Amino acid sequence: MAKSLVACAMGLVALLACASSGAAQTWNSPGLSTPAFKAMPPGAPAPRRDLTGIWDAGTAGIGGAAQEGEREAARAPFTPLGAQLVQRNKPGNGPRAGTVAEINDPLSTLGDPTGFPRLVNFELRPVQIVQTPNQVLMLYMFEKRWRVIWTDGRALPKDPDPRWYGYSVGRWEGDDTLVVETIGLDERTWVDNSGDPHSSALRVEERYRRVDQTTLELTVVIDDPQVYTKPWMSRNRLQLRLMPPTTDLMEMIPSASEAQAYRQFISSQTK
Amino acid sequence: MRRRLLGMFVAAAGLLAASAPAAAHHGAATFATGEEVTLKGVVTEWIWANPHCFLKFEVKDAAGAVKQWAVETQNPVAMASRGWSFRSFKAGDIVTVKLEPVKNGSPVGRILSVVLPSGDTLFAVGGPAGSAQ
Repeated sequence: MAKSLVACAMGLVALLACASSGAAQTWNSPGLSTPAFKAMPPGAPAPRRDLTGIWDAGTAGIGGAAQEGEREAARAPFTPLGAQLVQRNKPGNGPRAGTVAEINDPLSTLGDPTGFPRLVNFELRPVQIVQTPNQVLMLYMFEKRWRVIWTDGRALPKDPDPRWYGYSVGRWEGDDTLVVETIGLDERTWVDNSGDPHSSALRVEERYRRVDQTTLELTVVIDDPQVYTKPWMSRNRLQLRLMPPTTDLMEMIPSASEAQAYRQFISSQTK
Repeated sequence: MRRRLLGMFVAAAGLLAASAPAAAHHGAATFATGEEVTLKGVVTEWIWANPHCFLKFEVKDAAGAVKQWAVETQNPVAMASRGWSFRSFKAGDIVTVKLEPVKNGSPVGRILSVVLPSGDTLFAVGGPAGSAQ
C-alpha cells in the first residue's frame, strides 16, 4: 500500500509538472501556470524607473469567475444614469450574467476591441513593457494590442475625440512607481466582463509599482462621476511576475470571424 | 487495494477539477448541466478559436441516422495549457467524446474529455490540467 501511495503521489507530481511546463516553452507560451507563478522566488532590488520586461499576473490577471466576488465588493454604486446604462449590457459573467444565447458582449460576440480599461481588468494576460526616451509601450498578448503612454511631460489633451484605448500620460513617483492617467475613452467598451458601463467622462489611474526585480504591482482606479457615485479600485495591488526574456507568447486574438462561427454553431443553438 | 487506489485517483481528480479554470467568456448556467453523455463519432472539423474552441463531429444512431454535434472547450490558450493543440483532431478521426449537453436538447454541449484514435485521452475539465486559462 505504501509503495502504491508513493507511486500515486509521483504520478500526480509528474502531471502537475507537465501542466506547468508551458512557461518554459521556447515558442508559444500561454503564460505562467499557477504553480509556476507561485514558485517564483523574490527578486533582487528593483532597478530605478524601469518596468522593462514581460510580466504576467497568472490566473488573477485573467479575471474569471474566481475574482467575481472581489470585483463586486470593490465596485462603487451606480448613479441613476449608471443604473440605466447597465441594463443594456448582457454579460457572460458576474451578477447580471445571462445565458450564452443572451450575451451581447461586444468583445466576444462581435470581435470589437476589448478597449481600455477592460484590457487591464479582464484578460490581462502577459504584457511586455518597453521604455523609450519619451514613451512607455505596453504590448499585450491578448488581442496583440499595444498602448502608448507618453512620459515626455505633456498634458492630457482637452476634450479629445474618443478612442478604444484612450490617451495616456505617465509620470514617475519616486524611483519605483509609474502613475498613468487615461482619458478620452470610447463609451462602447465595457469596464470589465461583468458588463459594467462607463461614460466619456471616465478617467482611469493606473499605478505600476516595481516591488523588486521580478515583481510588479498594479492598482487601477475607475473615476466616472456620471456612472459611479465615487471612484473605485478595479485592481488592488495585483501582482505580476517577470517572465524570462526569451518567452515567445501565444497569439490570443478574438477575431470577428471566429466570434461569428461560435454564434452560428454554438450559442445560437442553445436558445 | 484496487478500490483504495481508485479512491485516491478519484480524490486527486476532484482536487484538480476544483482548481480548474472557470469559463471566461460565459458563466456555467448553459453548459454545466450536470448531465453526462458519451458518444462515439467521426470528426468533421476542429475549430481552434476564441472565445471557445469547438469540435464538430457526426454520430450515427442504431437506425443509421446521422446527427451533427458541436461541442465547445475553453479558448486556445487554456487548452494549450492542458496539452491540446491546433492539431489535436483532423477530419475523419474516430473519437469518443464525453460531454455535457445543453438543456434545450440541441446536439450542442461542452466537452469533458475525448478519447483519441491513439487511445490517449484529452481532458477539457478536471484531469491533468494546467492553470493558465
